[in-house]
Amino acid sequence: MERQSEPAIRIVVDLQRKVLEIIAVRLGEEAPLLPILHDVQAAFGCVDEAAQTTIADALNLSRAEVHGVVSFYHDFTSSADLRPALHLCRAEACQARGVERMVAAAEAAAGQRVELKTTYCLGLCSVGPAARVGDGLHARLDETGLVKLVQSL
Amino acid sequence: MGYEPQQDFGTPEARSEVSVTLTIDGRKVTVPAGSSVMRAAAECGGAIPKLCASDNLEAFGSCRMCLIEVEGMRGTPASCTTPATEGMVVHTQTPRLEKLRRGVMELYISDHPLDCLTCSANNDCELQDAAAQVGLRDVRYGYEGANHLGLTTDSSNPYFDFDPSKCIACSRCVRACDEVQGTFALTIDGRGFASKVSAGQASDDFLSSECVSCGACVQACPTATLQEKAVKEIGKPERAVVTTCAYCGVGCTFRAEMRGEQLVRMVPWKDGKANHGHSCVKGRFAWGYGHHKDRITSPMVRETIDQPWREVSWDEAISFAAQRLGAIKAQYGARALGGITSSRCSNEETFLVQKLVRAGFGANNVDTCARVCHSPTGYGLKTTFGTSAGTQDFDSVMDADVILVIGANPTDAHPVFASRMKRRLRQGAKLIVIDPRRIDLVRSPHIEAVYHLPLQPGTNVAVLTAMAHVIVTEGLADEDFIRERCDWDEYQDWARFVSEERHSPEVLEAVTRVPAADLRAAARLYAEGGNGAIYYGLGVTEHSQGSSTVMAIANLAMATGNIGRRGVGVNPLRGQNNVQGACDMGSFPHELSGYRHISDEATRALFEADWGVTLDPEPGLRIPNMLDAAVDGSFRAIYIQGEDILQSDPDTHHVTAGLKAMELVIVHDLFLNETANYAHVFLPGSTFLEKNGTFTNAERRIQLVRKVMEPANGLEDWEVTQALANAMGLGWSYTHPSEIMDEIARLTPSFASVSHTRLDAEGSLQWPVNEAHPNGSSIMHVDGFVRGRGKFVVTEYIPTDERTGPRFPLLLTTGRILSQYNVGAQTRRTANNVWHEGDVLEIHPADAENRGIRSGDWVHLASRKGETSLRAVVTDRLAPGVVYTTFHHPETQANVITTEFSDWATNCPEYKVTAVQVTPTNGPSDWQKDCAEQSARARRIAPE
Ligand code: SF4
Ligand code: SF4
Ligand code: SF4
Ligand code: FES
Ligand code: FES
Repeated sequence: MERQSEPAIRIVVDLQRKVLEIIAVRLGEEAPLLPILHDVQAAFGCVDEAAQTTIADALNLSRAEVHGVVSFYHDFTSSADLRPALHLCRAEACQARGVERMVAAAEAAAGQRVELKTTYCLGLCSVGPAARVGDGLHARLDETGLVKLVQSL
Repeated sequence: MGYEPQQDFGTPEARSEVSVTLTIDGRKVTVPAGSSVMRAAAECGGAIPKLCASDNLEAFGSCRMCLIEVEGMRGTPASCTTPATEGMVVHTQTPRLEKLRRGVMELYISDHPLDCLTCSANNDCELQDAAAQVGLRDVRYGYEGANHLGLTTDSSNPYFDFDPSKCIACSRCVRACDEVQGTFALTIDGRGFASKVSAGQASDDFLSSECVSCGACVQACPTATLQEKAVKEIGKPERAVVTTCAYCGVGCTFRAEMRGEQLVRMVPWKDGKANHGHSCVKGRFAWGYGHHKDRITSPMVRETIDQPWREVSWDEAISFAAQRLGAIKAQYGARALGGITSSRCSNEETFLVQKLVRAGFGANNVDTCARVCHSPTGYGLKTTFGTSAGTQDFDSVMDADVILVIGANPTDAHPVFASRMKRRLRQGAKLIVIDPRRIDLVRSPHIEAVYHLPLQPGTNVAVLTAMAHVIVTEGLADEDFIRERCDWDEYQDWARFVSEERHSPEVLEAVTRVPAADLRAAARLYAEGGNGAIYYGLGVTEHSQGSSTVMAIANLAMATGNIGRRGVGVNPLRGQNNVQGACDMGSFPHELSGYRHISDEATRALFEADWGVTLDPEPGLRIPNMLDAAVDGSFRAIYIQGEDILQSDPDTHHVTAGLKAMELVIVHDLFLNETANYAHVFLPGSTFLEKNGTFTNAERRIQLVRKVMEPANGLEDWEVTQALANAMGLGWSYTHPSEIMDEIARLTPSFASVSHTRLDAEGSLQWPVNEAHPNGSSIMHVDGFVRGRGKFVVTEYIPTDERTGPRFPLLLTTGRILSQYNVGAQTRRTANNVWHEGDVLEIHPADAENRGIRSGDWVHLASRKGETSLRAVVTDRLAPGVVYTTFHHPETQANVITTEFSDWATNCPEYKVTAVQVTPTNGPSDWQKDCAEQSARARRIAPE
């Protein structure tokens, strides 16, 4: 068996301790899985496989079950993506207002540098097409506006 | 039987007593309330197209193929999720429905490779069937759209492949893993179009996931996405024969699906009363050993054990054996000869071996491997209840409220029953586990024991007596039941005994190391929690107080009134497929079939008249006594059928000495096992696929074993025993095992109405089957105990003489794991080895650290009896001071460590407690190397 070098082990242990702390706070709750996943996602920018395993063990679920939930919700990712992200709404109203025609340009502007994610309805249906960056909402986007927004990230 | 897959009714059977009548496509149908419309339609022969439904899974309603119209209801509900109601009028075929279904089907097919003609599931695919049913001709979407056709196949499991390009995301596999198997190894990854089935996490494949390879998902999959590798290699089966698994005491029945003379796959049989269509990795997949290169198919003989084997004809081998048996008998008398029957063989074969020993050899020196496992069950239950058998059927667990598991590890050793138990636990039954080790049942996904009492090995009686103390002193005993059903005076003696302060959990904590508060709480839960059912295994019997523990368990059940109805009872989990049967068939030296003592003149007279011989009224020797007598020189010859005593019996050095001292050792087996190293005659055996007969499982259920292929060695095992008997002049003339069963029925009251004809027609029978119980007995002691009044027996805790000390400070206990079976003769010769390549020693982190041992290191394991080496696994599943290993691999020979101590009543060896020391080392011990060399030498076969 290969032995990991000391510092790497310490980091793994620290991360696991942090995950366990997050779990401990929520454990008494009625349905603790989603809140725990949200907290872990917020703390680490992802719920990676090691964290999923720790959570599964703590809640007495299988690894597969936790993985299924993480992969089902767009809110969770299993590996941290450190790039800036733009969430573009592609639900019905924004579609009707022409978002689909702008996607190619946005993708070209994003390239590999910006993470372009799809979301469904930001509650801005009457002023779409809409997008979200972090906590900031952007409405009435046209192609130029969207490309500029991507470039500004 | 031809090849017809078993009918799938779409949704599970409803259990209601109330029935409802509805009209489906103009036909009136009456079904139990709670049945789905889909099931009602299937029962009257009008199958509704379906993809996501299957009758072993709860309805899911996701595929939208099974739509129906109901008069007076709007829309087109799914028939799988719509309950049938009184007076309902249903249409399953209307133009509107046809159009809807075709639309759904087109969507599925547009994302499915259209290579049906070359697909391994061609003609055995529910997607194909459904497409035909809805009359799909062309696909309007074309195949250019996004699809999953490029995904690659996961072939990591040795027995089945997962080809996601064919997946229709019906989630039947996921639900089968959750609901039927209870492992939760699968999930749907992602959502919407991107969703696909995933085993474990994203980086897992099937092998690295939590999957235990039970095969339920493969069975559930309607397409070729999850499919047995053998079907791809050999082709689609053409015929099926129903038979019984030859591994464990659950007794699952399977359809052996054949193509020509080749077995393609074993598919669990839905009508099997023990398994209800479920299976484990052993029965489902690990049957390839019959064609392993180590299988011996030619008889062999040799004058002395240092010579190489000589292959000979059956005639020569049989007359060689018979002539020597005769000579030894003439010189040393009948009591110098003996035989050992096997719990792996059929009832008929076992019966013949004991008949050969008693009627042919002329004494009662016959014993069975149950000696080393469940003989205390026989003694203990016979003494307390009056008969040597578990009291319930497996289904009874579905009515239990509190389940107490002691000294058993069902998820590894009785997996199909464990799945049923886990289903009941998920429904809310409470679990108590008494075991030195934190077995999987203590905590695994969706299952958690309320109390785990991690006792010190060897203290079962103390723990059970302490539980009895709590029940009696806190007034929790069911006195009405006891007065009515048991001997009241004996109860009072017992109650006084257990009430003594020295039996309180607080006092006994020093011995058992079980926290008194937990023990009290567990005892209250068992006594007051509703139906209490006890399941136990070899962790109870294989102790110096094995019989006392069984009686202590029986006492608890009687004291709380937990006996004689569904959901309660005392259930030994039998290790081997036919332990129950081997014991029933008169394999013990003191008992004729049906547990009747050999000294009983009337019984003997019955057999003497039937067999035309005079029987020895004296009980014969037990296995350990035969070995002692061999070393003394008074026991000279033995016939061993289907058992490897050298590897499986305790104190290997003593067994070796005994075998070496004998003049004639006849081994009748599939492989040259360890015992055969000391044999003079080797008679090749047949596998369970190659013979007819019956096995009796742990719930007393007698089931047929049917021959699906010709014996590779030429003869079924009963034919070999008959040949040997006839060479000794016994003049037997059985032409089929059914005639042997007729003889058993004739001579054994509890089997009086059993016959192969009935078993063939009815599937199975649970003994007793006779005039009083014409249809057998699923639950025993319903109207009273077999012995009359239940007997309370005082069980004084006597610590084993095996103690730890400065030289041997740790306690070793032994067990087994899911993928391997006992000495591993079969499973080691299959792909099951990917899950368990060798035995390992589990040790607690504290003990490991003291000794500088890390997981994966070689360690030296020594007791006062012997020593061996193996690799260590550091785990906190065990308490400090306790170590654990399995005994599946001959290289390890864990039994060189175990001692000669045994149960006081039955000589069942004390495998579960041995004082040992563990030290780091760098490889196999010298003794192991010598042994390996010696075996290689003893196994030489002379060239033609
Ligand atoms: S083989 Fe059994 S345990 Fe494995 S994934 Fe399939 S159903 Fe689950
Ligand atoms: S693998 Fe088979 S059972 Fe599982 S979702 Fe896909 S098609 Fe259905
Ligand atoms: S549970 Fe036992 S009887 Fe059933 S398939 Fe597995 S080994 Fe065979
Ligand atoms: S549809 Fe885009 S914001 Fe609602
Ligand atoms: S079979 Fe009813 S919805 Fe799938």
